[in-house]
Amino acid sequence: MGSSANKPQLIVDGKRISGRGPMDLRNLKITAGVLKKANGSAMIEWGNNRVLAAVYGPREVFPKHTTDPRKALIHARYVMAPFSSAEEHGRSGPNRRSIEISKVAKHVFENNVLVNQFPKTMINIDMEVLQSDGGTRVAAITAASVALVDAGIPVRDLVQGVSIGKVDGMQVADLDKNEDNYGESDMPAIVSLRTGEILLYQMDGKLTRPEVDNALSMIFEGAKKVREKQVEALRAKYETDVAPQE
Amino acid sequence: MILDEVKEVYIKDLMKKGQRADGRGAMDYRPIRVEKNVFSNCEGSAIAYFGDTKVLAGVKIDVAEPFSDRPDEGIFMVNAEFTPAAHPEFEAGPPNEKSIELARVVDRGIRAANSIDVKSLVLPDGKVLGVFVDVYVLDHSGNLTDAAALAAMAALKNTRIPKYEPSAKQGAKGTFVREESAGNLAIKSDVITCSFEKIEGTNILDATDEEEIASDGRLTIAVADGQYMVASQKSGRAGFKQQELMSLFDAAVAKYGELAKYF
Repeated sequence: MGSSANKPQLIVDGKRISGRGPMDLRNLKITAGVLKKANGSAMIEWGNNRVLAAVYGPREVFPKHTTDPRKALIHARYVMAPFSSAEEHGRSGPNRRSIEISKVAKHVFENNVLVNQFPKTMINIDMEVLQSDGGTRVAAITAASVALVDAGIPVRDLVQGVSIGKVDGMQVADLDKNEDNYGESDMPAIVSLRTGEILLYQMDGKLTRPEVDNALSMIFEGAKKVREKQVEALRAKYETDVAPQE
Repeated sequence: MILDEVKEVYIKDLMKKGQRADGRGAMDYRPIRVEKNVFSNCEGSAIAYFGDTKVLAGVKIDVAEPFSDRPDEGIFMVNAEFTPAAHPEFEAGPPNEKSIELARVVDRGIRAANSIDVKSLVLPDGKVLGVFVDVYVLDHSGNLTDAAALAAMAALKNTRIPKYEPSAKQGAKGTFVREESAGNLAIKSDVITCSFEKIEGTNILDATDEEEIASDGRLTIAVADGQYMVASQKSGRAGFKQQELMSLFDAAVAKYGELAKYF
């Protein structure tokens, strides 16, 4: 949604600059359990994005007066490191954008985690964007879902997502930074494939009704591919060579 | 709050019977009213009333340096204040996640629709106009986003641009003659938002603050020119199915005219 000045041609001969087709995702690799101290963690490498997710809890609530006697509180924090962008040095700590993203990420996990099993506790989900190249919020939440499972916290589903955009009039999945900056629309979403529900939905751009419907279908299609990588990550950490006892 | 829990049960019980506390249908608005040009010092202003909800938007026009990566564009920014006057739970202090979310959703809708032609905001001396919308929540009885978006749009559509006199000094900012108008701010596209709250599986429009307490989640859809989705935001723990989201988009498009007539 950037300035039209310096806008590169994003679609050449029906292909994206990166050579990808409309539904092709960038390379995606998730590693579960990368941190020692955290109860659960995951590192996601998605295109040039690098996001670390760590989970602590369920643990005692701080500040104490916010305790909910019926459920665990979810504290989600999404932050971009000052060195994470290809441009200038950023400010450290949360800004308006990251505060908003932290809020909608929290809502995803308020739905996804079985919070009623852990009353009077809180679960902290920390998402640190170390390198950004478009689509960091879906990468962060996708990694956080793996980190929650790594922490052994009961969840309704592995949740994941992808961002769907429109560049040079074509709807494409998994926007990189250029496509995000100079594209006509961006729709990041997180879904649960088990329930068929959209748990995070944001968009801006200018889309007709068929385009919105098509983008939503593309999100569910993309999520299936992302989910495979989440399962791979958890298998790699937890699957053993020992055959189950008969 | 214990009172909140009592209200929550009451609202949910009613919703199971397909009823709302004030007798409205699921997709009905409360009485809406918009007052325009309520203040004279700012370049644009409007108050939107949705039932007992009152949200004010003030627009100031300033001279600014363009952002380094957008030298050919003016600046547009929406901020929101949840004043302590508006609700017992609103506290003075820096913006919190709720006011930031509201401001950013309203901002995204107007920005994505290209309502304001930012390229037209460049001044002859290379400086640009900054259009600053400040949303002030005065009385919170629910559905602040839609009231804020309506107030912002109504204020912007009635914003005058003060006369600008460039500085004689090279590179320095000029000054405004605020009493003299250089015409009205051009609005290229009209935007409204529709927020739906999901209570016991039913989506309702224009929720009151009590209904919001009972709500599992919200979907806000910004519609431009009666047909395009230009911004959207899901908030709260509820999930939405694809078909459900599309039907809410249809509902928002159907409601467009009911709000757009107030600009």
